[in-house]
Amino acid sequence: MNGKRHSTIAATALLLGNDAWAAAADRGIQFFPEQASSVARQVDYLFFFLVFICTIVGVGIALALIYFSIRYHHTRAADRGPIRINTLKIEIAWSVIPLAIFMVIFVWAGWLYFHLQQMPTTTALQIYGIGQQWMWTFQHPGGVREINDLHVPIGRDVKMILTSEDVIHSFYIPDFRVKQDVLPDRYTYVWFKATKLGAFHLFCAEYCGTYHSGMRGMVYVMQPDEYQRWLAGREPAGGLAEKGRRLFSQLGCASCHVAGAGVRAPLLQNLYGRQVRLDDGRTITADDPYIRDSILLPQKDVVAGYPPVMPTFRGIVKEDETLALIEYIKTLREAAEGAPR
Amino acid sequence: MNPPPRRIHYLNNGYGARSWLLTTDHKRIAILYLLTITLFFMLGGLFALGIRLELLSPRAWLVQPETYNRMFSLHGIIMVWFFLIPSIPTVFGNFLVPMMVGARDMAFPRLNLASWYVFAVGGLFTILVTLLGGVDTGWTFYTPYSSTYSNSYVLLTATGVFVTGFSSIFTGINFIVTVHTMRAPGMTWFRLPLFVWANYATALILVLATPVLAITLFLIGMERLFGVGVFDPRLGGDPLLFQHLFWFYSHPAVYIMILPGMGVVSELVACFAHRRIFGYRFVAYASLAIALFGFLVWGHHMFVAGMSMYGGLVFSFLSYLVAVPSAIKVFNWTATLYKGSIRLATPMLFAIGFIGLFTIGGMTGLFLAALAVDVHVTDTYFIVAHFHYIMVGGMVMAYMGALHFWWPKMTGKLYPERLAILSAIIVFVGFNLTFFPQFVLGYMGMPRRSIFYPPEYQWLNVMSTAGASILGVGYLFPFLYLFWSLARGAEAGPNPWDARGLEWEFADSPPLPENFAETPVNDREAYAYDLPAREMAPSQALARQNKAVELERKQT
Repeated sequence: MNGKRHSTIAATALLLGNDAWAAAADRGIQFFPEQASSVARQVDYLFFFLVFICTIVGVGIALALIYFSIRYHHTRAADRGPIRINTLKIEIAWSVIPLAIFMVIFVWAGWLYFHLQQMPTTTALQIYGIGQQWMWTFQHPGGVREINDLHVPIGRDVKMILTSEDVIHSFYIPDFRVKQDVLPDRYTYVWFKATKLGAFHLFCAEYCGTYHSGMRGMVYVMQPDEYQRWLAGREPAGGLAEKGRRLFSQLGCASCHVAGAGVRAPLLQNLYGRQVRLDDGRTITADDPYIRDSILLPQKDVVAGYPPVMPTFRGIVKEDETLALIEYIKTLREAAEGAPR
Repeated sequence: MNPPPRRIHYLNNGYGARSWLLTTDHKRIAILYLLTITLFFMLGGLFALGIRLELLSPRAWLVQPETYNRMFSLHGIIMVWFFLIPSIPTVFGNFLVPMMVGARDMAFPRLNLASWYVFAVGGLFTILVTLLGGVDTGWTFYTPYSSTYSNSYVLLTATGVFVTGFSSIFTGINFIVTVHTMRAPGMTWFRLPLFVWANYATALILVLATPVLAITLFLIGMERLFGVGVFDPRLGGDPLLFQHLFWFYSHPAVYIMILPGMGVVSELVACFAHRRIFGYRFVAYASLAIALFGFLVWGHHMFVAGMSMYGGLVFSFLSYLVAVPSAIKVFNWTATLYKGSIRLATPMLFAIGFIGLFTIGGMTGLFLAALAVDVHVTDTYFIVAHFHYIMVGGMVMAYMGALHFWWPKMTGKLYPERLAILSAIIVFVGFNLTFFPQFVLGYMGMPRRSIFYPPEYQWLNVMSTAGASILGVGYLFPFLYLFWSLARGAEAGPNPWDARGLEWEFADSPPLPENFAETPVNDREAYAYDLPAREMAPSQALARQNKAVELERKQT
């Protein structure tokens, strides 16, 4: 570990973090998070249902304890004879009724979870997020990069593709009711649709070391046109795919992965989203993790009909560069004009 | 004529250090454990105090983040492995399980003593870690942070926990064999007190789950020391594998921590409602059901960890199943009060407090098993509040109840009742003020293990810290008056609570070194509160006296 780099980052996080948060401090006293995403209200309905059921049961048990403690206090005269009710029936009743209520909660919560886990289709805005000790880096498709803060348009599905440079982090926006752990060497996904303009907290929810709680920022929800203007003011020439194209040639990918190259390797045109037949008989969809694995773990999914000769680029390309390469490969749509130059 | 012989009991049966450190008497070993875990409870409590003081401010005002992380890690490690897991089994289980089944000692008395030494060695490792500068991984040791990135004493801490695990296993084996083979004549399985059932179920988990923890910690050590890639993806490992292994132990460990408390509450409720436990068999089977299902729900700690969605659905479903036996227990305890003859002595107040707080803790578990809600509240203060309601509101309340209930049996002295009632009330109020605000904090989104937090969360944190200081007073108070009672307390007599059970009806307070003058013969169901308490038959009383004289002679 590079101690000096870490302490610099930590100091920055301390300074920036507290300033940014002071801006959000005018919320005053709150009891409840804002409902700022399309799922927030649905999660809250389930939460209120649970609060309702549990309050009834909890108050019921408390009242029974208090009532019995008074009614049957040893100083009071009371009927203390045997119980004349069928105890087996009672036992079955208070096993089966809670179980039935639990199943209602399970189905409701499971259905909602299923909804949360269904990633939106291609119309979603895809933003890459990289966690590292102790900051977030977000990469917009156009190439705009921001640290700890995240700008998104209102009313549009946003799909986050997340990975970590080091330990496990967790991407958490309480006001959106979404959270997803961010793992090293793997992509995880989370989506949301912001429904409220404003600034919302972004936390790292998984303990990740010394400045874990300094690894935080704000999510800014903007009108779509405002978001476009914000992007336009920052966009580097060519964007993320352009960065990927440059890497593609620097790393020598083009010496194999183009038609007529010396080494016969799979061509990448129209690859993204296609079904790929593998050497061991499996068929796999060429999505982000597949392309990532093909760069970093080339022996894992060998394409049918090709020799397993590609070297690994693990340790050579960083996570953000891998993302740029993937973004570039996604642009290789038309065989005729999109071929690597 | 000779003066009447001084009664020999387990406490005055030898005074030197050797008589304690080489004892194989299960009751003396229980006292050794009591002293040891009290020390760890105070140490863990000091770290809690540090955490709560720091969180008075949203910025670091008292300590730096490095120190804060070490405080919450050591708080968790000490409280889980050196207080909660051993607490009731090693103190009250050791003292009472042989007496309750009518035996003179555990099945393996030397193994029992060995378990204390092993525990002490594990504890010394942890104290050494504390003195050297601590560990900052949290009690969960998540990889690859713990195995590669952390710059603290991970290996030393893991070794301490690893060693302590063997103490758990020894205790578990002893309980299982003792309950199977050493029950007195007439003490059938369904005449056993529910405390014995609960400790039996706990022992099964201890023996089956603890080795998995040992393996996991060993693998962390291999990865840290020799770079063997198991958990760190850069070495070809899988960090989620660690979470599966860790929670495969640590979720059952939650039941290791709560089941003995449930056993205590069954005893207290029956005694102070002066009534047989409602649905005895259901409560007994519920303990076994919890022990069994407890092994199948570990994945509910990982709903947002990157596990498959279908895995999440299965673990959520199983988690609701394990909630049923816990609910059954709560309903049966409550129903036991119906038509009872209730005395609200201190142990009963702790037991009622347990039922209330455990119910809240258990019901908030329903929120966490609800997948979509868990996505929002996991890793926030909601979780922190939930498990403190179970562990502190549940287990520590039961522990305090047990301490007051069996104190006369263990020491022969009565504690001052009014002070004790006051402390029970202080603990209840302080506890709720500490932890209820944390549910609100958690739903608002404050992540756990955070030294910095947004200013709008401050008022709830201040409330929580205020509650913690009240709670601290509630815990210190018994410490003082229980010590006072050793010197000044009134003589308790064999059965001050008019309780049922072999330890009350057939043994003195404090008990003889060999518990019973002659092996008791049990002719009743447990909790026969409809019948008068048995008293030792004159022949038995005589035999006891003769035994005492004989022992006296042996000593002089």
